[in-house]
Amino acid sequence: MRIEPLGEAAMYAEFSRTLDLEVNEGLQAIATTVRERAPAWISDVVPSLGGLALHFDLDHPELPQAPLQVASDLLRDCLKVPARARARGRKVEVPVCYDAEFALDMGEVAAQTGLDAAEIVRRHTASEHRVLMVGFAPGQPYIGGLDARLAVPRRATPRTRVPAGSIAIANAQSVVYPFEIAGGWNVLGRTPLRVFDPHREPPSLLLPGDRVRFAPIARAEFERLK
Amino acid sequence: MSLRVLRPGLLTMVQDNGRRGLQHLGIVPGGAMDPAAFAFANALVGNSAGEAALEITLLGPQLEFGEDALVALCGAEFEATLDGQPLPLDRPVLLQAGSRLATGRARRGSRAYLGVAGGIALEPVLGSRSTYLPAGFGGYEGRALRAGDVLPLAPDAARLARQRADRLQLQEGRPLSSVHWSAPSLTLPEQEFAVIHAMEGRHFGWFDAASQRAFFDASWRVSPASDRMGFRLLGPALARLNRDEILSEPTCLGTVQVPADGAPIALMADHQTTGGYPKIAEIAAADVPRLAQLAPGAALRFARCTLAEALELRRATRQRFESARRGIAWKYQS
Repeated sequence: MRIEPLGEAAMYAEFSRTLDLEVNEGLQAIATTVRERAPAWISDVVPSLGGLALHFDLDHPELPQAPLQVASDLLRDCLKVPARARARGRKVEVPVCYDAEFALDMGEVAAQTGLDAAEIVRRHTASEHRVLMVGFAPGQPYIGGLDARLAVPRRATPRTRVPAGSIAIANAQSVVYPFEIAGGWNVLGRTPLRVFDPHREPPSLLLPGDRVRFAPIARAEFERLK
Repeated sequence: MSLRVLRPGLLTMVQDNGRRGLQHLGIVPGGAMDPAAFAFANALVGNSAGEAALEITLLGPQLEFGEDALVALCGAEFEATLDGQPLPLDRPVLLQAGSRLATGRARRGSRAYLGVAGGIALEPVLGSRSTYLPAGFGGYEGRALRAGDVLPLAPDAARLARQRADRLQLQEGRPLSSVHWSAPSLTLPEQEFAVIHAMEGRHFGWFDAASQRAFFDASWRVSPASDRMGFRLLGPALARLNRDEILSEPTCLGTVQVPADGAPIALMADHQTTGGYPKIAEIAAADVPRLAQLAPGAALRFARCTLAEALELRRATRQRFESARRGIAWKYQS
């Protein structure tokens, strides 16, 4: 584990430079412990794919003289806490319609993997996935556990607009786009669920550590759930 | 009790101090790009610190007030008139029902805040009234203001305006009534070149020697393609020594990241919470609002500083800010 400042208002503790699902699972437990013990001037505890960021409220009256030092000590103390029975994360089923209309990149993924669309869908829905991080945009989950045969790189040219709810793959992960935004991942289908709703508690459909299963649905079911 | 938008200006929206503690859900704090000017706009009209105000960018709006109101336009120096008379900036102004406040171009700086006694009375979303444009929530319908929008003010806005104007001994009955003191400007550019302090980022060593030197030696310009998410900087292309992939990791306000095209992007209030581009620098927190006040085309240079120096700069800036804010608050107590 290596701690570095991100300016004077945050620090990043890097646990792994490459994607390691074991390390990532451990990060969720560490983040929980840090949150429980964090003083009020630590405003955010943010687990990411391979590390953990702590953000400091520089205007807080209790901010210490050397926040980086105090926060680093806190994190090191938290690492000594015996690993709790690993929180298993919630089980969430995400319905996905893989119809051609929504599966913008199915043809390309088929060409790259040598699998047909039915087999791609079977493999994407067969395994249990896990949310590794929620980041970039509000509620945007990065989901690990992609079938190894579905390993494809990002598209050479990103799309300027990917529709909200699109499920896409790249970098051995799946992602769900919460809004219509630009994106370079390969779109396989679309969920009718609202990935992010600021008026819901929690606003994010998926949380770090959640165990996710993608459930294939027909077009009619998609319309019904929307 | 309302405020009608006659002309929206280039980019006018509701902002406050933003959202805390939600970054693990991908939600950044957001909030006012220049928190000091925003805080003064509230203090000048006697509000508590975090009341919602209008953030006005480069080319301001034209507004009509439905009731008497106490307002302050604070931050960038905008051309501004109240019913045709020049509006004094950075100080409380008592205006009467039906008044029209017209703002034009920003002459110095790029962002100002219009504070109104009692605040803008919108429902908070996730604990804040700030508009978050990238995802379209918060503020007024999650978007920038348009002509015809009517913003709700506090139900007692007119009473607060008169009560606070009395405290300041502003004279009633005149079309334009203000005071002879004003809030200082702590964030506006003072020279042709803004000097912005920055620390080496955690991937500084990933760039070749020429790029490392260029980052701190070159003069940069704010690109017109800059927004509340990030300021793109025009200057020499920065080259990396390697092509290693970065696992997407948390980013901060003031992080300077460099995408493959070599043109750095300074992350601003509405930045993404995580990113996979190398971080060449982190801007000192005290200087992020000063960067936010630079208009497209403005020139800047980065001055290297250490973490300890950045903290010290922040403390000094905070002290100047606090003493000015106390001075303003005192006017309402005497």
